[in-house]
Amino acid sequence: MKATLPERFYTAFLEGDRWKLYLQGVASTLELTVIALILGILLGLVVAVIRTAHDQQRLGQHNPILALLNFLCKVYTTVIRGTPMMVQLLIWGFVIFKTSRNHTMVGALGLGINSGAYVAEIVRGGLMSVDIGQTEAGRSLGLNYLDTMRFIVIPQAFKNILPSLANEFITLFKDTSLVQAIGGMELVYYAQTIGGRTFDLMPPYIGIALMYLLLVILFTWLQGKLERRLRESDRR
Amino acid sequence: MIDVKNLSKSFGDHLVLNDISQHIHPGEKVVVIGPSGSGKSTFLRCLNLLETPTSGTITFQGTVITDPKVKIDQVRQQMGMVFQHFNLFPNMTIRKNITLAPVRTGLMRQEEADAQADALLQRVGLTDKAGAYPSQLSGGQKQRVAIVRALAMKPQLMLFDEPTSALDPEMVGEVLDVMKELARDGMTMVVVTHEMGFAREVGSRVLFMADGKVLEEAPPTELFGNPQHPRLKDFLSKVL
Repeated sequence: MKATLPERFYTAFLEGDRWKLYLQGVASTLELTVIALILGILLGLVVAVIRTAHDQQRLGQHNPILALLNFLCKVYTTVIRGTPMMVQLLIWGFVIFKTSRNHTMVGALGLGINSGAYVAEIVRGGLMSVDIGQTEAGRSLGLNYLDTMRFIVIPQAFKNILPSLANEFITLFKDTSLVQAIGGMELVYYAQTIGGRTFDLMPPYIGIALMYLLLVILFTWLQGKLERRLRESDRR
Repeated sequence: MIDVKNLSKSFGDHLVLNDISQHIHPGEKVVVIGPSGSGKSTFLRCLNLLETPTSGTITFQGTVITDPKVKIDQVRQQMGMVFQHFNLFPNMTIRKNITLAPVRTGLMRQEEADAQADALLQRVGLTDKAGAYPSQLSGGQKQRVAIVRALAMKPQLMLFDEPTSALDPEMVGEVLDVMKELARDGMTMVVVTHEMGFAREVGSRVLFMADGKVLEEAPPTELFGNPQHPRLKDFLSKVL
């Protein structure tokens, strides 16, 4: 006697209030995304500013500290962009933090550090997209490099890079599913647990696929709204 | 006030400035003219080190500013610069454009800077634009704001890099008027321009540059009335 399709979905989602577990999974996935995103943006910003500062140094001036930092940043982006996300997570989870009890947070750390390398390249492109005349005007007024960046260049760059940044956010959001492989508790983990208990994997996996999809559609819609709002301020 | 000794600048193999020595006295209005590619903008941009000289020294009020140890931000705070393309900050209101530098460099508090911005805007007839954004202004208005923004730092010296070259013809006058008023107030100015009328009327000394050298320099009446160098005669015959 085989269960019908509705029965299988009923078992996977409603029986014993299992939907609460999925909600918990979604919440934990979003939390993971936000922590990794904040970490990624902070790292990315620092790396991008160091690399741009190094490249835009006055000719003939050589700051050894900046050169060292620039070198470290280059190593960081090369290693992170040159190895698979999954392998990085496995190393974080089972080599570096193998005794950690909270592998969800280890996952957030791994994701954030990974994302930082990509954000750095996005931000660097954004900083370079701002007309050099803006920097010159700021510096000619006697503002220092950091103030010029903070008040003049970065705000303008932000608008230019918003689409790529949103894209990175969506990628990051989906990549959180990999954290399950190192024992992190997020949406895939709960789906797997439920599937294991009910001996039926199809409904939970199809279910979470739909949840990811719906959330990505929601994020894309929000991104469009934000971009329209930013463009409006152009026409003021 | 500013002393330039044996200044040379090359971009790669291309020698843009060839061993220039000049002295600019307080209160002087030096106008630099010459064909495009003569190095006049590069010369101006070397004065506040937006371009780093390849060799030579620049001394500003006793400080050798070409010394890498000099705090260049502090030097630049005393030199205003106005650009061909205005370079207003599009993400800020006009008032913020003007007050950002004086406040951030610790020259004055926000309220003082705001009051000063209003006074300066009144001087150039743009009081009602304080809350506007640069994109809402015409070219001439933008350039007047750019001048005011530089003045807000209370500079000792103003550098103008072809300030009217990007303007529609009918807006050139309003910008030149502001510059003339500034000149009358005794500001030391170095102006790169194609406006020969302005050079004649305001300049205390005119430099003619070509091929990275100052080929001729004289007060405007002399330089325009009795040009010596064949390159200058050729240039003037084309622009006048």
